[in-house]
Amino acid sequence: MDVTDIARWQFGITTVYHFLFVPVTIGLSAMVAAFQTAWVRSGREEYLRLTKFFGKLFLINFAIGVVTGIVQEFQFGMNWSDYSRFVGDIFGAPLAIEGLLAFFLESTFLGLWIFGWGKLPPKLHAATIWLVHIGTLFSAYFILAANSWMQHPVGYKYDATTGRAELHDFWAVMFNKVQLVTFPHVVLSAYMTAGAFVIGVAAYLYLKERRTLTEAGTPSDSPLYLKAVRIGAAVTLVAGLGVAVSGDFQGKIMTDVQPMKMAAAEGLYETESSAPFSILTIGTPDGKEEKFAIKVPKLLSFLAEGDFTSEVKGINQLRDEYQAKYGQDPGAKYYSPGDYTPIIPVTYWSFRFMIGLGVLAAAGAALILLVTRKGGRPLGAWWPRLAIFLPIAMILGNAWGWMFTEMGRQPWVVFGLMTTAQGVSPGVSVFEAWVSVIALTSIYAILAVVEFGLMWRYIKLGAPAYEPPPDHTSSDDDAPLAFAY
Amino acid sequence: MELTTVWFALIAVLWIGYFTLEGFDFGVGMLLPVVAKNDTERRVLYNTVGPVWDGNEVWVLTAGGATFAAFPEWYATLFSGFYLPLLLILLALIVRNLAFEYRAKKDDDTWRRNWDLGLIIGSFLPALLWGVAFANIVAGVPIDANKEFTGNLFTLLNPFGLLGGVVTTLLFATHGAMFIALKTDGEIRHRARALSVKLGLAAAVVAVVFMVWAQVKGGSLSSGIAFVLAALALVSALAAAWKGREGWAFTGTFVTIALAVAGLFFALFPDVMPSTTSDAFSLTTTNASATGYTLTVMTWVAVIFTPIVLIYQGWTYWVFRKRIATHHIPPATPAATVPAGAA
Repeated sequence: MDVTDIARWQFGITTVYHFLFVPVTIGLSAMVAAFQTAWVRSGREEYLRLTKFFGKLFLINFAIGVVTGIVQEFQFGMNWSDYSRFVGDIFGAPLAIEGLLAFFLESTFLGLWIFGWGKLPPKLHAATIWLVHIGTLFSAYFILAANSWMQHPVGYKYDATTGRAELHDFWAVMFNKVQLVTFPHVVLSAYMTAGAFVIGVAAYLYLKERRTLTEAGTPSDSPLYLKAVRIGAAVTLVAGLGVAVSGDFQGKIMTDVQPMKMAAAEGLYETESSAPFSILTIGTPDGKEEKFAIKVPKLLSFLAEGDFTSEVKGINQLRDEYQAKYGQDPGAKYYSPGDYTPIIPVTYWSFRFMIGLGVLAAAGAALILLVTRKGGRPLGAWWPRLAIFLPIAMILGNAWGWMFTEMGRQPWVVFGLMTTAQGVSPGVSVFEAWVSVIALTSIYAILAVVEFGLMWRYIKLGAPAYEPPPDHTSSDDDAPLAFAY
Repeated sequence: MELTTVWFALIAVLWIGYFTLEGFDFGVGMLLPVVAKNDTERRVLYNTVGPVWDGNEVWVLTAGGATFAAFPEWYATLFSGFYLPLLLILLALIVRNLAFEYRAKKDDDTWRRNWDLGLIIGSFLPALLWGVAFANIVAGVPIDANKEFTGNLFTLLNPFGLLGGVVTTLLFATHGAMFIALKTDGEIRHRARALSVKLGLAAAVVAVVFMVWAQVKGGSLSSGIAFVLAALALVSALAAAWKGREGWAFTGTFVTIALAVAGLFFALFPDVMPSTTSDAFSLTTTNASATGYTLTVMTWVAVIFTPIVLIYQGWTYWVFRKRIATHHIPPATPAATVPAGAA
């Protein structure tokens, strides 16, 4: 493997790993904030217990999201210095703004929230976690604007003397049409993920409580967990509808700006009118034609263009078009000369896994809402067992979504402007790149074990007993801290 | 003033923010085994920086992002060139951040000992390596006509670079000791204050040697003035610590670090990364910068949002202004003490 291969593996590993935690951070910060607001407004103990319980899980998760995010920012310069030189004038701005607007907000107010129990007035304290959530949204907006520019470069001019892309219209970058559909899609899927996380955790505890109840007949927390399950399911379902709608818009825009990605996602080799949607397509190993396929007639035309009869371009025609437009050799190292196709099986299957897992999670949430409704039949134990798989489905679905959108853009790093192989750092040795990917991957693996162990420990403990927070107006300087590391 | 100069100054400000703030929490981390004698005292130290360390760290993320946006060539050359030291800093920061967040989440001695070790090493390595990196940036490194760094790890480990590392390590340790003396009460406060004077004397000696050397290497009038003021601030800080004026002592090391970093940036200007291969290959505020349009957009963003950040970050320090002593530390959380599997 050369530096490009290793740097790509590092980028893939770091990004996927980072994004296991990010959606939970975005979505759960909102749900914890909502629980705390409900407690401040109603004074009901159950909401404070949910705030504390899910707040703790949120913090365990947040920490890893933050540290892997630092790697993300550094590795552009470390492994992809030619990319950084080429796009810095455009790509650097959203990153810097993300630091100034989002990271400061998130980290400062999170510190205030963690240590602010009993120090800040309750309303102000609840506001700090909302500000953390707003910080996560800002962060998502700016980093996705940067990514959308790589998918569909706008608002720039290529300067031949400096050999780089230069910013020409900042607002065009901020309101890139790809960005306008990607941001809602990603944020809504984060809410969906957090909803599924709440369902999974609360359903597990509900099941445990029911068992305890049958064994000992002690007062039970099962109504609390059932309530959390229903809140999580409602969030997952509503956000899931939004994810589907925004995903539909994304498909149409993708067909417009990166038709090859859509063709590859569908395994559509030849241009067709009234194109069918593929349920299963198997192609030849060289990726030039299909061997076997099961299809839904005309559906692809509708998904791509909004019309059951429109023409959708196939891989082979697009390859010819790209050759005429970009020349024979965009990224000779990875792709045979003149080939502009991503790895088709990866693109095809990642697209299906993303959609399939998301649909599964939304359907699971709908089913849970149905069986747990008031006046429904007495509850069995089968649905909590099912519910535990919903967060796993969402987390994997998110990962497949990024693998689809990033690998489907290949061989480009900036679509139509720069190939991935051209972006790598020329001065970094294979040895350095290996040291980096091995060190980071090893530490990620260790942290995954530590994080999962801690998360599991705190999930098993369940929601803490109600304890009114100390009075923030107290002037007792010798009282112990309400929260301490 | 040219926008490129404005942005050079802003990036200097971001690094000053980073080193003055995270500098003391690096110091607290490094001094954990020295200042704290038992677990409660160690927890006192963790909690002095608990609410603020994460906000402090964002300064470096913003400095990195701002360098990417305003001087893409500088960002690319620096980050790809100083590869292994930056990787070590990344690994150290990862472990250190998790030490803060995870240490108290399990009531187990081995668990705590491991995270303590992570905090100590994770604070020491960046404190050392940032000094090595900045000394090398100012002194110049081999850079070719394509703006590529052509040295390796050992190029950076030269006497001036290593001395820079020793200076930041000792300065941050002193700054951390001053912070502990200011933020704690009881025995730990006195221990930290006594230590801050000893550490500060050592720091003063190496810092003066380093600043003189830097000035001789490539200083300007302004860098010279900043270095002299930095030395005076450090001496005043030590005098204040000696007299038990902890607030002034901490302010003193804060100002020392700010002025010393400012001095380095003055010495650097108008280069951002001088080349030792040929002056013609040096990266400067002009040939490494983004376009005027990008700098204009970024200037608006910085002008509007930097004051807001300063206000709310300042407010955090106000909210958590009280001293912490051992009697403020609650017992390990009940949740953390339940053995796994017992719930």
